[in-house]
Amino acid sequence: MSTLLDVSNISKRFTVPRGMSGRPSTVHAVDDVSFSIAPGETLGLVGESGCGKSTVGKMIVRLLEPDEGQIRLDGEDITHASHRAMRPLRRKMQMIFQDPNGSLDPRQRSGDIVEEPLIVHGLGGSAERKAKVADLFARVGLRPDQMTNVPSKFSGGQRQRLAIARALALNPSLIVADEPVSALDVSIQAQVVNLMSDIQKEYGLAYLFIAHDLGIVQHISDRVAVMYLGRIVEIGDTAAVYRRPSHPYTRTLMEAVPRPDPARRHGRIKVPRGEVPSPLDPPPGCTFHPRCPIATDICRAERPALRRVASGAEAACHHAE
Amino acid sequence: MAPLLSVQGLTVELVTGERTFEAVSDLTFDVSRNEVLALVGESGSGKSMTALAIMRLLPEPVAEIIGGRILFGDVDLASASEARLMEIRGDRIGLIFQEPMTSLNPSIRVGPQVAEVLRLHKGLSVATARQRVEELFELVRIPDPKRRYDDYPHQMSGGMRQRVVIALALACDPDLLIADEPTTALDVTTQAQILETFRDLQASVGAATILITHDLAVVAETADRVAVMYAGRIVEEATTRQLFDSPRHPYTNGLLGSIPQIEDALDTATRQPLPEIPGMVPALWALPTGCAFAPRCPLARERCTRERPPLAGMEPGHRAACWYPVEVAR
Ligand SMILES: Nc1ncnc2c1ncn2[C@@H]1O[C@H](COP(=O)(O)OP(=O)(O)O)[C@@H](O)[C@H]1O
Ligand SMILES: Nc1ncnc2c1ncn2[C@@H]1O[C@H](COP(=O)(O)OP(=O)(O)O)[C@@H](O)[C@H]1O
Ligand code: SF4
Ligand SMILES: [Mg+2]
Ligand SMILES: [Mg+2]
Repeated sequence: MSTLLDVSNISKRFTVPRGMSGRPSTVHAVDDVSFSIAPGETLGLVGESGCGKSTVGKMIVRLLEPDEGQIRLDGEDITHASHRAMRPLRRKMQMIFQDPNGSLDPRQRSGDIVEEPLIVHGLGGSAERKAKVADLFARVGLRPDQMTNVPSKFSGGQRQRLAIARALALNPSLIVADEPVSALDVSIQAQVVNLMSDIQKEYGLAYLFIAHDLGIVQHISDRVAVMYLGRIVEIGDTAAVYRRPSHPYTRTLMEAVPRPDPARRHGRIKVPRGEVPSPLDPPPGCTFHPRCPIATDICRAERPALRRVASGAEAACHHAE
Repeated sequence: MAPLLSVQGLTVELVTGERTFEAVSDLTFDVSRNEVLALVGESGSGKSMTALAIMRLLPEPVAEIIGGRILFGDVDLASASEARLMEIRGDRIGLIFQEPMTSLNPSIRVGPQVAEVLRLHKGLSVATARQRVEELFELVRIPDPKRRYDDYPHQMSGGMRQRVVIALALACDPDLLIADEPTTALDVTTQAQILETFRDLQASVGAATILITHDLAVVAETADRVAVMYAGRIVEEATTRQLFDSPRHPYTNGLLGSIPQIEDALDTATRQPLPEIPGMVPALWALPTGCAFAPRCPLARERCTRERPPLAGMEPGHRAACWYPVEVAR
């Protein structure tokens, strides 16, 4: 299978002032993360807040530069591409955020917002661009009369449709979507997720779909990567990871998700132990060991590497089978 | 036995710059002792306004109770004096909000903050209050309560801060707890821990609880009874089992269908689109006549666009506001 995006061993550290003393200290936001995405494929990236999902997404679209590792898009190394060199690459790769307000200019009319990337990239004459914008509006389910509205006139779901239209304008091959439906109500979430699936098929798009909701990720992803404290602890086909989660953290996450089934309420949830440790001071060995129900001495001493397990996925656990 | 809280025809009006509209309309429900009642609905459906109205903490003059009664024991909270309300809030009724820092003072250590409430409402001495706070911290499972007593809120994780807020709400042994999206800001593992604590508290403390949430899965895990809100009104009310087994209102039915739940046997090759509820919630100041859900409803007929359906009994304990309720079990 060909590879569209290839991420190898990327890391990102942030220096932050620590506590009352204000001494600087280092957060390993992303630590040695590798994965690839094929054309037209969706990789779901899940994990609890602070585990490094957004940092991974931002490094891919070059809003952040990795400290280590390499990112290739269509075979081309873009890890340290200059702003100028990125310009043509931006056409291939777009990002959508949880809160479109941060990325949509509140004073701009929504039609202009979608047209802007076409102008920036010098694509088409005015009439052609207008026609394309009209197509995109129709495609994402916005009405033509909404083109003159500013984003604040839109509901949350409509704003996300607008962000999708803008991302589609340049016919990208990859969209990094960072929690695109997390802020939406469930009835609207389903609409936006379905829209993203439909346009994926139509445009042959690949997604890096970042979310903390395991249910949504299962519904859209071909493969899933689970992050914990800056690292991928499990990655594999969606069916394998959900049917037979191999890493104890993946199991913990799945068991913690409440289910809309009151008949099975009692005793179903296995309540996780402890809390996520501070990323300023991660535990040695397997960073999950203080919370892990099956940890042994080796877990406290040695960091487990990702390796193939019985489900067909890869898991970074000394005791995964 | 009379219910602990009886809300009857509660109506809250909002006056914003150019508009006047009802954020909560003719709300009627009871909460009994020992019961967890969930108020569930999408954002803007009026859940928080309901909670604030019960506590008489509405942002006046923007929001005001314009109708109805809120009977709590022999007091009508809707018309009670501020002095009476002060006695009741934080003493007979405990409050938990989504964002713990709404309830906590960032510059005061958490233990003394809770102790202060006990000294104020219960007149406890410094030493007794401290001892009681440590017990409360233990009760809400704050590990190492003696040490955490002197933490500032910012030294705690979001989950621990929410536990402090729960301790604060429970401090005076209230009869009623109102929790407005208490786990919405938390990660799923922390949410599971807090929900477990709620369940244990329910068994040991026995306060009645109004749990407000947008998440039907959280309802399924915690509530005894559920009221579903849509555009400021209750559209369905039932026991949790009834609601999930045989929802009668098409909105409830649609919501239950569109939850992207984890499915053990989902096959990526053959998976179907998530069922959607078309359209979106109408603006409260431009509600359609008749049933507010009609424009989105797959079962709507002519009558629905003309007359508003009353909240009517379906079977014992089950009410729905729909002219053509869903018939088949899910
Ligand atoms: N600009 C930044 N400066 C300092 N720390 C940061 C910055 N961005 C992210 N972090 C830290 O890096 C870690 C990963 O953050 P993030 O990628 O946002 O996680 P997620 O998206 O999974 O919630 C967190 O501990 C976060 O506090
Ligand atoms: N302070 C306020 N000023 C004006 N409108 C408000 C205010 N708070 C809430 N509203 C409006 O009141 C309605 C009900 O809100 P709310 O009770 O907060 O809903 P929920 O808690 O169900 O999300 C919404 O339309 C909301 O926009
Ligand atoms: S490596 Fe050890 S501690 Fe880490 S998840 Fe596996 S069993 Fe648990
Ligand atoms: Mg993030
Ligand atoms: Mg609310």
